[in-house]
Amino acid sequence: MGWNRKVLRVNLTTGSCTVEPLNMEWADKYLGSRGLATKYFVEEVDPKVDPLSPENKMIMTTGPLTGTMASTGGRYSVVTKGPLTGAIACSNSGGFFGAELKFAGWDQIIFEGKSPKPVYLYLENDKAELRDAGHLWGKTCWETEETIKHELHDPQVRVSSIGRAGENLVRFACIVNDLHRAAGRSGVGAVMGSKNLKAVALRGTKGVSGIKDFKEFMKVTAEKKKVLADNAVTGQGLPKYGTQVLMNVINEIGALPTRNHRDVQFDEASKISAEAMHEKRPTDGKAHLVTNAACFGCTIACGRISEIDKGHFTVQNNPKYWGASGGLEYEAAWALGAANGVGDLEALQYANLLCNEDGMDPISFGATVGAVMELYDLGILTAEAIGVDSPFGSAAALARMAEMTARGEGFGKELGEGSARLCAKYGRPDLSMSVKGQEFPAYDSRGIQGMGLTYATSNRGACHLRSYTVASEVLGIPVKTDPLTTEGKPELVKAFQDATGVFDAAGICVFTSFAWTLADIQPQIQAACEGDWSLEKLNEVGERIWNMERQFNLAAGFTAKDDTLPPRLLKEPAKTGPAKGLVNGLDKMLPEYYQVRGWTPEGVPTEETLARLGL
Amino acid sequence: MLKSLHIDPMKCTGCLQCEMACSYEHHGVINPSKSRIKVFSFEHEGRKVPYTCTQCSDAWCMHACPVEAITLDAATGAKVVSESVCVGCKVCTIACPFGTINYVSDSGKVQKCDLCGDNPACATACPTGAITYVDADWTGLDKMRQWAAKANTAVAAD
Repeated sequence: MGWNRKVLRVNLTTGSCTVEPLNMEWADKYLGSRGLATKYFVEEVDPKVDPLSPENKMIMTTGPLTGTMASTGGRYSVVTKGPLTGAIACSNSGGFFGAELKFAGWDQIIFEGKSPKPVYLYLENDKAELRDAGHLWGKTCWETEETIKHELHDPQVRVSSIGRAGENLVRFACIVNDLHRAAGRSGVGAVMGSKNLKAVALRGTKGVSGIKDFKEFMKVTAEKKKVLADNAVTGQGLPKYGTQVLMNVINEIGALPTRNHRDVQFDEASKISAEAMHEKRPTDGKAHLVTNAACFGCTIACGRISEIDKGHFTVQNNPKYWGASGGLEYEAAWALGAANGVGDLEALQYANLLCNEDGMDPISFGATVGAVMELYDLGILTAEAIGVDSPFGSAAALARMAEMTARGEGFGKELGEGSARLCAKYGRPDLSMSVKGQEFPAYDSRGIQGMGLTYATSNRGACHLRSYTVASEVLGIPVKTDPLTTEGKPELVKAFQDATGVFDAAGICVFTSFAWTLADIQPQIQAACEGDWSLEKLNEVGERIWNMERQFNLAAGFTAKDDTLPPRLLKEPAKTGPAKGLVNGLDKMLPEYYQVRGWTPEGVPTEETLARLGL
Repeated sequence: MLKSLHIDPMKCTGCLQCEMACSYEHHGVINPSKSRIKVFSFEHEGRKVPYTCTQCSDAWCMHACPVEAITLDAATGAKVVSESVCVGCKVCTIACPFGTINYVSDSGKVQKCDLCGDNPACATACPTGAITYVDADWTGLDKMRQWAAKANTAVAAD
């Protein structure tokens, strides 16, 4: 229980929808969502498959706590092989879509093959139907959601869709649900586009009834919600300031990657911070921020809803962007801002709106713009080639590049390949700030050493959501470690990686980990799910997920050589701040990490490790 | 003391904990589609508004019911639907000016907020205080306090 025990398999080539029972043996070993769907995926898909071919599959999946009263129990994940990286991809989203999938009576949907023409899946409880999407092709995510609600005569339907970026196979296209939540990273939206699948529309009225011990579940979830409410980060910081609370903090400790990681501090950071979003604008007297917002079941409510300045040059003639909308979150504000040296908050929000509207990952998009601006700075790319003057700091260039990429116009097609392919094309692969083809998020690993190891070893390419050691190294959660040293980081990274796998597999938000440890999740899973879910078992589930993903990547062709960082982070010391003079000490951490993991010096899980984890 | 549900939309984040709690209390499942309180999202304004029955004193639904399935719970002031009496004619859903009494196709009856017998599950579950259960005669107390707090301050004295 906790699970609906029901899987929908959609063969897009033949147009068939079939029902399967959930493999409960696997559920017991992989829990759900990221864990369970990845198990399905690695069992069914050749690791060498071209991510954009019909042979790749894509799984939309929930966890046993998705759609329940456990706080933040609204998450769903998309598991596939990512076209940005060629590695296993698992992108996680909030909003209301995941819970609706559970309410319709399902645990996950497996998409395979490729539809001969654009379609969308409409799932109303037991009824699954592929419908023509010819009229939706070419539409944005926002238009798609609105059109589907209108044609189904159902304003309560929940929609996940791709915009033009996914259709155009932008390698960092995402899948957007509920207007401004997204399965964001690794280009899962391009996989959806390659399958001619425009959207998934859900309506579920069955609810979640299969909780093992409902009385105990209601009691323990209420207790754990109080833990979140009483915690300074989840109870006060995140609801008031959102993730943007980090902008000034990370800048001060010299770990805010700036101008394609040339610098680690941004002199205009305060202009794009949470505090700035609260301040009244001199132009219209209104604050950028309208309110905070929650995803399904979330008692933290870190989401930001903002209103752009109607007089700003990006939108002054375009009223469709004047309403309240999602953003800015810290990662987007950093990638669109500091990474490019742009300190114009309204321009960042405009680019962010375009990312939401047409389904692009603002992290990879913003970081790719950063690389383009550096190529421009070095004279390798010209204004003619790009279509706009693109010096670091140009809000106009950022806005124009967002439009081009979202719509697949001109140089936007090259931007849509991501920084690794773009920089390689222009002879400077070293300028792509990425690992395994995926761009870094908003923490410079010279100033936060553990994040270097996090990025280098992340199974989906550079990512902060696979092991957020920032919590320990900067915020002191659960214990404070020194961000400037490499000592103890291999153990720390492993612990965070394994624990995060469990948060993801359960179907809850990793932001709860500011206040919760696995010991807080364990009783919630125990009350919801049949079987015995001890802390030891959950730890093992996390480690098993990590090793399973690693095995897939090794079989896909990745080696220890790919567990590295761009030369800039290993050779060019930070110029300012507390980390001044430091590079990332990856060489000191990586061998020890392999050892701690029970892997060979070549980064391969040993027979013993695999046997221990039942892999 | 009679109490009322009091809703402050400014505090609502749209998390739907109230809808889940309501459905669990009345149906034993977590199912927002069965909830008697609904949170409406006005995306382009960034507003979320929980909405449910206000328990009118002179209730349209109660007067409209031809079989007297809706009665007053004198202890709470709630207008309560008796499922065993209701024939599912839906006249009450037409009579209610606010739309807060609704037909449930699964059961063939109507349902509405019954204040959970004086302990509304939605108010208990709400994490932000957007839904509270307060003295029915003083639902305005918080707002009065807020305005009172502005009186006689330095700015006002200028």
